[in-house]
Amino acid sequence: MSHDPAGSHDHPHPRQPDIEDGPLTHHMALTEAVAALLQKKGVITGEELRRTLEDIDSRSPADGARVVARAWVDPAYRERLLEDVNTAAAELGIDTGNIPIRAVESTDTVHQLVVCTLCSCYPRMLIGLPPDWYKARAYRSRAVREPRAVLREFGLTLPDHVEVRVHDSTADMRYLVLPRRPGGTQGWSEERLAAIVTRDCMVGTAVPVATGG
Amino acid sequence: MPRRHHDMGGLPAGPVATDEHAHAPWEKKVDAILRLLSGKGIMTVDELRRGIEEIGPDAYDRLSYYERWITSISNNLLEKRVIGVSELGEAMQEAQIRHAQAVGSQSQ
Repeated sequence: MSHDPAGSHDHPHPRQPDIEDGPLTHHMALTEAVAALLQKKGVITGEELRRTLEDIDSRSPADGARVVARAWVDPAYRERLLEDVNTAAAELGIDTGNIPIRAVESTDTVHQLVVCTLCSCYPRMLIGLPPDWYKARAYRSRAVREPRAVLREFGLTLPDHVEVRVHDSTADMRYLVLPRRPGGTQGWSEERLAAIVTRDCMVGTAVPVATGG
Repeated sequence: MPRRHHDMGGLPAGPVATDEHAHAPWEKKVDAILRLLSGKGIMTVDELRRGIEEIGPDAYDRLSYYERWITSISNNLLEKRVIGVSELGEAMQEAQIRHAQAVGSQSQ
């Protein structure tokens, strides 16, 4: 990413700029202008914009993790999840919108990995906005050609006997990885299980690890 | 048909940079604008993508993710005559002025 508004600072600083901090870039001004014009013309209202921003902030991997944990403890729910993610998520009170999400299950012998080579399609209604790397050239180009090498860069080395299946998302079909439940988690509560299901586990660039006391 | 610039699946590329940044407020605003326009049937996700794919290889690589989005969104809105060029330019100037005032009042 070339965009680095905080790059002129000389102290360690996350790349997220404060809105009053530093110049308003061309594209930030463009965003403000489009938002202002759409409101002025009554195409959208300020209230709608606020509510949508709140909704975006409310979506996080924690929702997907709840779904995964339920599937681990409830075989009937797992079946329903593999059948239809959107409906299964709704059972837990999660509204995933109208774009279909398909669950792909990792097992002892198959590891599932999700990419969007053309853009950045992602089950954002279930696990929030995609990370930078998911949208960047290196991941999009290489995940379909050399997934094992890409996974090693994430610190995940798969044994040779594990088959890797890569799923290329589209605007009309998103994927959720249902990771394999790790050993050493017998008797864990759903809540405790959900805590080890990270965002990357649901994209397939990581696997859940039984941690914590 | 030659492969277009955004169609990068399977091509060689460098290592995956796994560091990431939290989304800035303006980036979320771009996302929210697209969601609202899409929900109201004014602009589709396919139109967003078409607009991104038309910005050219150079700009595609130079712009950040949400910079590409707002470029496509504004071009789509101009094409559809939802907004006009001159009022967009004026609104951008006003945004700069508001920002300068906010920065000025903060540093006092």
